Parts: sequence; C-alpha cells; structure tokens
Amino acid sequence: MTAILSSDPMLPLPFRIERVKRELSDTFTLELRPEAGGRFAFAPGQFNMLYVFGVGEVPISISGDPADDSVLVHTIRSVGTVTRAMGELEAGNAIGVRGPYGTGWPVESAFGDDLVIIAGGVGLAPLRPAIYQALAQREKFGKVLILYGARTPEDILFKKELEKWRGRFDVDVLVTVDRATGRWGGTVGVVTNLINRGGFDHMHTTALVCGPEVMMRYAVQALEKRGVATDKIHLSVERNMKCGVGTCGHCQWGPHVTCRDGPVFRYRDVAALVPIWEL
Amino acid sequence: MVRTEGLGRVIDEHPFFQGIDGKLRAVLAGCATNQRVEAGDYLFRQGAPAEHFYLLRRGKIAIEIHAPARPPIIVETVVEDDIVGWSWLVPPYRWAFDARAMELTRLIALDAVCLRRKMEEDAELGFEVMRRFVPVIAHRLDSTRLQVLDLYGPPPGAGGRA
Repeated sequence: MTAILSSDPMLPLPFRIERVKRELSDTFTLELRPEAGGRFAFAPGQFNMLYVFGVGEVPISISGDPADDSVLVHTIRSVGTVTRAMGELEAGNAIGVRGPYGTGWPVESAFGDDLVIIAGGVGLAPLRPAIYQALAQREKFGKVLILYGARTPEDILFKKELEKWRGRFDVDVLVTVDRATGRWGGTVGVVTNLINRGGFDHMHTTALVCGPEVMMRYAVQALEKRGVATDKIHLSVERNMKCGVGTCGHCQWGPHVTCRDGPVFRYRDVAALVPIWEL
Repeated sequence: MVRTEGLGRVIDEHPFFQGIDGKLRAVLAGCATNQRVEAGDYLFRQGAPAEHFYLLRRGKIAIEIHAPARPPIIVETVVEDDIVGWSWLVPPYRWAFDARAMELTRLIALDAVCLRRKMEEDAELGFEVMRRFVPVIAHRLDSTRLQVLDLYGPPPGAGGRA
C-alpha cells in the first residue's frame, strides 16, 4: 500500500468511518480508513483537520497508535456545532481529513531519560500515541510515569487502557479526580499533586504535558519546583487552528503559528507567552 | 476503631520533622502518639473538637463532606507523608470536615491542645510550627482553587463553532 498524501494541503481527502466508540458522555472515538486505501503515517502529537461535510472543519489530535498506519484514530469531545455533528456520525459515513499537521511529542529525544506523561481530562487523547510509542520501546527509558487527572471517576478517559498500563510492572500510573463520592477508592485532588508524589530523577526527566492551559501552567510550576529543566518540558497548546499549514494566521501565538510551530512546544520556547492571557 | 500504639522512631522519619530544631522536636515528640485507623473508620467527624493533628505514615484518608440523602463527597485524599488537619489552629477549634480511612492507615497523632498551650507560651515555638503549616495550608488552598475552577468541565467555548 502507498501513503496517503493530498497534492493540495487545503483539500480534504474522504475517509470512511469504520467504528465509533463512545468513551464518555460527551466524548467519542472515530476509527477511519481512507476511501482510496493506503497508509496514514503520523507522529504522536500531530493533528488533522476533520471535516464534517456541509457543517465545518475542526482540528483534532490523533489518538491512535503510530505503529498502526492502517487505521486513523481520533478521540473527540463534543463542544460545539462541528464536533456535535461529528458525534452523530455512524460507521459507514464519510468524513474529510486534511493532515497530519504540526509538531509531535519528542519521544525519541527522551531516550535515556525518565519519561513523565501528565494529562488532564481529554488531554490524554493527544498523549496516547506518545504512550504507545514509548511503551513499544520501553527499554530505552528510565522510569515511565503516567499521571492523569479527570473531573470525576466517571470522566476517566481510556480507563481500560490505564488499568492495562498500570498492570505492567514497568510503568507507574497514578490517577486522580477533582471530586468523587464515597464509593471511589482512588485519589482525589489536582493532578499537579501527583507530580510531587511521582518518583523520578529530575536531572534526567522529560515531561510531556497536555490538558487545559491552567492545568498545564500549574503542572509546569510543579515540574520546575521538582527541578525538571524547562527545555525538557513539552506542552501541547490549543489555539484557533483554521488552515493547518501556517498561512491564515488564525492560530498565531506571539511569534508562533500554532498549527505549524506547534501544537507541541518546548516549554522553554514559550515560557514568556504562557502567562500572557491576552494571547 | 482507632487504636493507639507505642511511639517509636517513626516520628523522626516523617518529612514534617525534617530539619526541625531540637527544642521543637522535643516538644512535638512529647505531644505525639502512634495510631492506626482501620479501613472505613473515621479519624474524626465534622463539628467535633479538633484536639489533634496527624502526620500520615502510610495509607489514605478521605476528607469528606456529608450531605443528606446522598453519598458523602470526597473533596480530597491525603496520603503518606501528608498532614491531616489544621482546624486545631483556628478558633473555635472544631473539625470542618470528616476524615475517613480509605485503607488501613498508620499515622502520628499530635496533641494539639497541649501544643497550642505551648505555642502560646513560647512565640519562637509558635513561629516554627506556623512556618511549617503555612506552606501546607497554602498548597491545599491552591489545589482547592484549581478544583473549584472545574478545569475539565465543558470548555468556555462550548456551544460555539467547534
């Protein structure tokens, strides 16, 4: 099979929805295959522009396994007109895809380090490809920690996979929720608290962080407090991506165009921008 | 059931005591007992006099609020090396929440009535204790503020174009 590439970066290619999986009350996963056949290679952290025909187009991170380029996987939260329409699609329906775009998680640059993956809410979806990639080469890292925070126990994304990863003897998985009832036996509190508890060597740690921006700010603070270098902390930043190829300027973030220079940024490169709420 | 055991060397191993000067260590050690709480038992209940504070050595405590006709809401869990309780520092010295052991929990209980009296008599001692408690309280306040923000709830743009 050959790789899928469009000669026009603004032209969506038709994909067929092979499977729809309901993850949470407002979150679902689509498994897509190109109608023309072929492979779809991507780097963990990259995104596609997904087009619901007749409704609109939105940027969505890829949440599948980069080692499996036969199927394209996206996990989507219904938050507006396009994603709600996307949530009503069924297996067999068509959807338009442009991409993959943007920068990826520097998983291979982290070889030799402890790898700390910090996710909040649906932010686990863009990190899942990096987790797959890291676990496929587990021996190349020191410790691997997955720290995940959700709203409630009912809002834990990829619960079965978190349990599976926790069941391995070479990965530490810590999960916390912001609130729970007495039936929950796990941890309650913010995800940043887990950073203080996770055992990792701050001198040799690469951290990948994805979630709401406020959560990421506090996660970075906690990582810096633990002594992790700012050039070893990476964030996935969401902005108003439109073209996906860095020409329209909708997603400009200071000197950066998020769809081209991001969405994954090294924290050191954007540290001055993060606290500026006007940007 | 809360059971009291003899105080061992464990008191020296808790991070709260690290770097502490000899005088405060002696005072705190004199106010301390080693305790165990079985899973499901309450360490303290809301409204009861706050006569101790606790250093967790092992286990997990749920800080809870009870409301009628619904399960208790866990607002925070506290795990080993954490501190439980600062209501003993603030009049009227009554617990503001329930504290329930989620699993077998071992902790050091410090007699807060005794400690309050000694802090009143010795400002230096009082400052040392407060200096150690304020960062804990500030951290809990920061965490609570983040939880109140409901960061993982529907984003501000929900209902928009996306």
